[in-house]
Amino acid sequence: MNIEVNSVEETQKIAEKLGQLVEPNMILLLDGDLGAGKTTFAKGLAVGLGITRNVKSPTFPIVREYREGRLSLFHMDVYRLEGMGGADLGLDEYFNSDGVSVVEWSEFIQDELPDDSLRITLLKDEDDDNRRVIKLDSYGSQYTRILEQLVKKNG
Amino acid sequence: MSAEKKNLILAFESSCDETSVAVVEDGHIILSNIVATQVNSHKRFGGVVPEVASRHHIEQITSCVQDAMTEANVSYDDLDAVAVTYGPGLVGALLVGVSAAKAIAFAHELPLIPVNHMAGHIFAARYESEISYPSMALLVSGGHTELVYMPEEGQFEIIGETRDDAAGEAYDKVGRVLGMTYPSGKEIDELAHTGKDTFNFPRAMIKDDNYDFSFSGLKSAFINTVHHADQLGETLDRADLATSFQQSVVDVLAEKTLRACHEYDIKQLILAGGVAANKGLRARLEADMEKMDTVEFIKAPIKLCGDNAAMIGAAGYVEFLKGQRAGLDLNADPSLEFDWIA
Repeated sequence: MNIEVNSVEETQKIAEKLGQLVEPNMILLLDGDLGAGKTTFAKGLAVGLGITRNVKSPTFPIVREYREGRLSLFHMDVYRLEGMGGADLGLDEYFNSDGVSVVEWSEFIQDELPDDSLRITLLKDEDDDNRRVIKLDSYGSQYTRILEQLVKKNG
Repeated sequence: MSAEKKNLILAFESSCDETSVAVVEDGHIILSNIVATQVNSHKRFGGVVPEVASRHHIEQITSCVQDAMTEANVSYDDLDAVAVTYGPGLVGALLVGVSAAKAIAFAHELPLIPVNHMAGHIFAARYESEISYPSMALLVSGGHTELVYMPEEGQFEIIGETRDDAAGEAYDKVGRVLGMTYPSGKEIDELAHTGKDTFNFPRAMIKDDNYDFSFSGLKSAFINTVHHADQLGETLDRADLATSFQQSVVDVLAEKTLRACHEYDIKQLILAGGVAANKGLRARLEADMEKMDTVEFIKAPIKLCGDNAAMIGAAGYVEFLKGQRAGLDLNADPSLEFDWIA
């Protein structure tokens, strides 16, 4: 499923709606180039989960935890693990701890990810710097169901 | 006549990429400061980073302890306490330092002192000068950009921070676009002294009535500028790009920090964190602070701006004197942060 957006605010609105729908132990893979808006999307998702704290880029710490919302949010960025993977980092412990895990740059730890997930790809527009296509691909029935709900919610 | 008793602290730091152990005397004299960095050994990974896996810390930590003790020429009987970073950082990495510190504290019956990594960065400045309160710290690194108000010793209140990317992170990501190796802060800093600010990148939130920062928009503006030039087959001047980028970062950091220095009744401004080694930022704040004769400007020594255990020893010493102790049940706290000002 593809959704076109024309601003940061629109990206965050979609993410917020998704944040209201996600269920415990879900994994969202968040891909896109540098500056595509991955952390922006994560901010919207956090709002949807009822998290009031400011969501900052997790690039340097690799994982930031937010535990005060409807579900805990584990915001990961494995950008710094390019070429080495994350085998020893224990990320799978987050995947199974009843929260929602968001993984930016998931391609770098592909081998360590579960089969079922929702892949969110943010595609920048060649001509318009504010425009994005948000591509949503579900792998697994629970994620397909969430996407159907998102379509309804998004009108 | 007996010599005055000196307090020796064995300090541990393993929150991120560096494994480090130090022996510090009275919180301001470094007897040893061993840093095993993982950055150099991993440059082969296309400009990206280091191994942060805890395995690497485990491999390093024992020899770091031995080297630190040998270089300081002290025995365990000479030590008064063990200090350790317990957060923020990567949980697996933190646990290596915490476990090692606990083992030594237990085996040698020494008090264990928990240290916040960010307090450690600020206390790197203690090797430059005594810290007097109230004071303000601008803490800039790969993972943090925040203004911290310290009303008195041992109290830290965040008055503003980045809403998205840390300044150091923006440097590294922009560096990647310029094809530089990680970490690229130093290379951009050097290049920035050779160009001109021709691109006039945004200075996000510079006039906003708060002490927050935002560097994500600057990063995007930089990437878009380079990308559009690529599309047109143009090559932009790298030095001018670096200068324009750095000027934007420095303008925002300096302007907001200065405003905080005017608004709070403080005795000192402390510049700390990995990005505090940036020459452009140091020079700018130095020039600005010269005009403020009521506030003393202290910069963390360049060699102590990055992660190291000596800074943990300095911060740990303050906690030691205050009687702060952890039990052997001390756990890592990956999300540890200072309090926000009410």
